[in-house]
Amino acid sequence: MSFERTREKLNILADAAKYDVSCSSSGSNRKNTNKGLGDASSTGICHTYTQDGRCVSLLKILLTNHCIFDCAYCVTRKSNPIKRAAFKVQEVVDLTINFYRRNYIEGLFLSSGIFKSADYTMERLVAVAKKLRLEENFNGYIHLKSIPDASDELMREAGLYADRLSVNIEIPTKAGLKALAPDKKHSDFIKPMTKVKNEILQYKSEKKIIKSTPKYAPAGQSTQMIIGASGENDMQIMYTSNHLYSKYNLKRVYYSGYIPISHDKRLPGIGTEVPVLRENRLYQTDWLLRFYGFDVRELLNPDTPNLDLDIDPKLSWALRNLALFPVDVNKADKMLLARVPGLGMTSVEKIIKARRFRALNWEHLKTIGVKLNRAKYFITCNSKTFETRDYTPAQLKTIMVNSSNSKYKAAFTGQLTLFS
Amino acid sequence: MQSSILTYDGTFDGFLTAIFEIYEQRIPQPIIKPAAHFKQQLFSTTTEIYTDTKKAQRVWHGITGYWGLRESKALYYAFLSEIEGIENTLLEVFQYTFSTKKNCSTDYTHKAVLTLSKITKKVHREKHRMEAFVRFQETKDGVFFANISPDFDVLPLVNRHFTNRYADQKWIIYDVKRNYGLFYNLEQTTTITIDFNSPSAAQFTAAENEYQTLWKDYFKSTNIQERVNMALHIKHVPKRYWAYLSEKQH
Repeated sequence: MSFERTREKLNILADAAKYDVSCSSSGSNRKNTNKGLGDASSTGICHTYTQDGRCVSLLKILLTNHCIFDCAYCVTRKSNPIKRAAFKVQEVVDLTINFYRRNYIEGLFLSSGIFKSADYTMERLVAVAKKLRLEENFNGYIHLKSIPDASDELMREAGLYADRLSVNIEIPTKAGLKALAPDKKHSDFIKPMTKVKNEILQYKSEKKIIKSTPKYAPAGQSTQMIIGASGENDMQIMYTSNHLYSKYNLKRVYYSGYIPISHDKRLPGIGTEVPVLRENRLYQTDWLLRFYGFDVRELLNPDTPNLDLDIDPKLSWALRNLALFPVDVNKADKMLLARVPGLGMTSVEKIIKARRFRALNWEHLKTIGVKLNRAKYFITCNSKTFETRDYTPAQLKTIMVNSSNSKYKAAFTGQLTLFS
Repeated sequence: MQSSILTYDGTFDGFLTAIFEIYEQRIPQPIIKPAAHFKQQLFSTTTEIYTDTKKAQRVWHGITGYWGLRESKALYYAFLSEIEGIENTLLEVFQYTFSTKKNCSTDYTHKAVLTLSKITKKVHREKHRMEAFVRFQETKDGVFFANISPDFDVLPLVNRHFTNRYADQKWIIYDVKRNYGLFYNLEQTTTITIDFNSPSAAQFTAAENEYQTLWKDYFKSTNIQERVNMALHIKHVPKRYWAYLSEKQH
């Protein structure tokens, strides 16, 4: 195989894969066996970052960008006149091993356009993973894409070699999917997701009885939704996401602001700005659901179907529920502290550990690194002075927006006059 | 009262021995300094500490008895920061622990404990960065070679990670700032010092050059131009590390 040919393929197939935002390598605990190559670090490692600030942890490529489908939002859609290429199984194995040996990557993230059929494609993805595990004794991280509508048998095999499996549902609503990807059905995505979920549960319960049960997708499943391509609101997005977390035990749902790649009338035109701020607010909401004990209905509901762009979702929630504050940092339990605007989980942990030794006052909070500029309006501590004025939600919001130095602040100077 | 300066050999055991002597000899106003950095000062007495692993062990057992092994690791991490005065910060933490007789590792409102936790965090971050930013190059002798120059002395901390991971290839990670490295020979990892300069281009395999090119290409292809955010990029990959990253070489 010639170097120049590989180089050309890599450029085409890495470029085509970059729209999958996930590059996480965490959550697996695969050990190096028999003095082989590699292991999976449970916290994941970002080996470098792209200029857009995203983590590069895996060699993220498509096996091929030939595709029989014509999804409007996708750069590799059939009707798009772009250069096409396909890797051979061995080429992907060689690239992965050699990148890994140089400590460039944690492993491989292999996706693909659909060529011939779902099963034909899935079979090739599984072949790469199998070769890496069985022939190269490779114990690094492998993330395989579940091809929509792939057979149960192939999905079962995929999970035996991969650390993580993912199927991107891409469009948060069924109606949106129908308009933009007429060849695909909602059920095509759900089928492999359900299979993998069930296998994970089964292997886990068997492992409790028989210790030698092999690992099955130890880092679980994830998915991705495109934001801002089909006109859905934040409530629809987050309710879908919440459904996926609870019903399919997903490890992660990724949100990807739509990057205009086509002149299709059904989509935002080329040159439209990527909705990075909205994407950021959705991720914040996602975190609040997974780590901060919030119920999605507290943050989004028919009365507030969209997230505020100018303030974060936790602050929005607090302003709608001012009656619950202030809370006493020396007494409140962990999950209540986590609801205080301005307190992240790191600060919450620090407060809980430090208050075992003495009741904390403002000075203490400041020295241990708690950012008080927001939190001070929502807490009391072991100190006689605290915020006594009764602010209205609108007043507080103005104070918060003015005191923040978000890089997005410039975008809201127009709106500020509304509240001041 | 005049302070007493204790010099030690720069090792962790040496430092622990110094703590032992401070208690044993009731040394007033002690200042612990590595001998290599020491300059004679007026108005102070100087004692040279001879590293004694038995004494060091006793101090270590003393502290782990209160803190537990896991939390005590923070003390070793902070020690490896080599930050000037770190010995006395650690001494204060030891004294605070031995006087209160309890695990004060999370008593962040205590000044020395807070400083310790901040420094430990920095060292931990540097360790994690080295696990990420090491770039091996394959030499014709079949050894994967990498130079690093970390802010803190983190080689002892990354040893296990690399030994577990790269069990089937020979490798060297060399700290050019501190002039020592780790060498794994397929059996075990040892500490080495090399007198020659780093391998030159001629000593690397032909494939090495090709894979570096492919990696650089990949780094470019995987970027999304519409979303470029250089401030965020530099925050994650500070410029001082660029010299050692193949994807940043032109």
